[in-house]
Amino acid sequence: MKVTEKEVSYVADLANLELSAEERSRMVRDLNSILGYVESLNELDTSGVAPMAQVSDRYGVDQSKNGSERFAYASRDDVLEGLRKSLPRDTALANAPDTDGTFFEVPKVIER
Amino acid sequence: MNLTALTIDSARSAVAGRKTSATALADSFFAKIASDDPQIGAYLVLAKERALAKAAEIDRIAEKGEPLPPLAGVPVGIKDVLVTKGVRTTAGSKILGNYVPPYDCTAVARLEAAGAVVLGKLNCDEFAMGSSNENSAFHPVHNPRDLTRVPGGSSGGSAAAVAADMAVATLGTDTGGSIRQPASFCGVVGLKPTYGRVSRYGLIAFASSLDHIGPFTKTVKDTAIMLRTIAGRDPMDATSADVPVPDYAAEIDRPITGLKVGIAKEYFGEGLESETRSVMEGAIQKLASLGCEIVNISLPHTKYAIPAYYLVATAEASANLARFDGVRYGFRAKDARSLSEMYRRSRDQGFGREVKRRIMLGTYALSAGYYDAYYLKAQRVRTLLTHDFEEAFKKVDVIVGPTSPTPAFKLGEKVDDPLAMYLADIYTVTANLAGIPGISIPADTNQDRLPIGMQIFGKHFAEGMILRVANAYEKAR
Repeated sequence: MKVTEKEVSYVADLANLELSAEERSRMVRDLNSILGYVESLNELDTSGVAPMAQVSDRYGVDQSKNGSERFAYASRDDVLEGLRKSLPRDTALANAPDTDGTFFEVPKVIER
Repeated sequence: MNLTALTIDSARSAVAGRKTSATALADSFFAKIASDDPQIGAYLVLAKERALAKAAEIDRIAEKGEPLPPLAGVPVGIKDVLVTKGVRTTAGSKILGNYVPPYDCTAVARLEAAGAVVLGKLNCDEFAMGSSNENSAFHPVHNPRDLTRVPGGSSGGSAAAVAADMAVATLGTDTGGSIRQPASFCGVVGLKPTYGRVSRYGLIAFASSLDHIGPFTKTVKDTAIMLRTIAGRDPMDATSADVPVPDYAAEIDRPITGLKVGIAKEYFGEGLESETRSVMEGAIQKLASLGCEIVNISLPHTKYAIPAYYLVATAEASANLARFDGVRYGFRAKDARSLSEMYRRSRDQGFGREVKRRIMLGTYALSAGYYDAYYLKAQRVRTLLTHDFEEAFKKVDVIVGPTSPTPAFKLGEKVDDPLAMYLADIYTVTANLAGIPGISIPADTNQDRLPIGMQIFGKHFAEGMILRVANAYEKAR
C-alpha cells in the first residue's frame, strides 16, 4: 500500500474536495491500483533525459531561433481590449450562482 | 434522395444545385434525431433556433444565385466540451449543468463562417475523461452498430451521431484517443490533428499539453474538408501554430505508390484481440498491394505510454479543473457556512466519480515529496516516447496499426475497473504525448459485424500524407 486513508484526506484537502467516508476508502483502493501500475516507469533510466512539458517548442516554429524568440508570432501588443472586447458586466454575471448585480457573492470569508 | 445519408460534398452540391434547401436538410436531420436518438443518446442539447437561422441565411444566398461558402448548409454536431454562445454547454458534467457560454469556440465559429449548420451539442464523458462515454453525468451513449455496446469515448456522442446519420460531420476532442477510439468503435473516420494545428480557444480544458480538437466524418475526403476549415493560427490561442493550411482535399488523390509504411511490433503484441489482429494483417496486405513498401519498425517505449500519460494528463487536469468552484458559473452547493466549505461541497456534489479520481491522482502526483517521482518522471518518459517517433519517421512516411486492441465492448463491462478502461487507449495516447497527427478509418468488420479501425500516424503537420493513405485505403476497400 503506497497511499493511506490519511494521505487521501490530505490530498482531498489540497484539491478542495470533501469525499464521503465511502468515497475515501474506494479512493485508497483505486489510487493504489493505479500507482502500482505506473510503478513500471521506474524500469527506465531517465537520468540525463530532459523532461518534456509540451510539444509546441519542437515543431512548427522557427528552429533557428532560441527560447521565447521562437514564439514571437504568439505575442501581441498589451492593449486594453486587444483581441476581443471585454464582456459587459451583465453578461459576465449571467451564469453566476449568486450576485448583487455588480459583484459575485460568496459566503463569508473571514470569521469575526 | 436520402438527405441524412449525404456527405459534405454531396450535401453542399444538393444545396448549390437547388435539389434541396439548407432548411429542408436541417429539418430532416432534426426529424432523424427525434426518431432515432432516444435509443442512442448522442445529443444533450439541440440548437434548433440557431440552426434554422443559419440554414435560412444559406438559403437566401442560394436563392439569389450568389456563390456559396464551402460547407453551405452542411448539418454538423459539436461535442459538448466546446463552448457555444447562447447554447447550453455542460462538458457532460453536473457542475456545468446550467452553463450558457457568452462566446463561441473558434473551431465552431469557423465551421459556421464556412456555412455549416450547428444542430446541437453531443454527449461525452464528463470533462472528456473516459473511454466508453459511460462517465457522462446525464446518460450513456449506445453504439449505433450494436446498441448493447459502448460507442467509445470520450467523444462517444460525436462518433455515434455520424454513424447513425444524425449529423453529416461532427467535432470531437482527443486528449488520449477520444476521437480515434470512438471512430474505430462506431465505424467512422476520426482525425486527431497535430498539436497546434487547430485552435483550442473555447475548448473546456482537460489536459492542455495533450488536448486536441478534430473532426468525425463518413469519408476521408470530408475529414480533409473539415480540417481545412478549422485549422490555422488563431490569435486567441497562443498554442495554435503559425503554419500554412494546405487544401487537404485537393491532395488526397495523389498516388501512394512507393510510400514507406511502418509497422511497429509493439502495436501487435500481447493484449491485441485475435480478430482485430487478423483484420489488421489484411489491411497491411491491402496497403502493400496498393504499392506501399511495408517496413518493420520498433517504438520501444510504447508500454510506458499509458502510465506516463495518466500522470501527465491527471496532473494537468487537477490544475485545469481548479476553476470549478461555484463562484462565477456552474453549480453551487446550498447552505455552506464558509467560502471554503462552499468550494468543497460544490466540487464534491458537482463532479462525478472518474473526475474526482483523476483530480486526486493528479494532485497527488504534483504534491510535495511526490512531484519528482511521478510527474517529472512521466515528463522524462514523454521525451523518450517522442524520440521513438522521431527515429521511426527517419525510416518511414507513415506508421500503421490498430486503433484499439478490441472492437466496441459491452456497456457496463469495464465500468468498475479504471485500469482496464485506461488500457483501451493503449495505441492512441502515444500520439497525444508526441503531438503527432493520427487518423482512424474503418479497416473492416469482424464476424459480429462490429467495425475495427485502422490508425495511421504521420510526422508533425503531415496531415496531408496520412489523409492520402487513408483515402487510398478507403477507395480500395
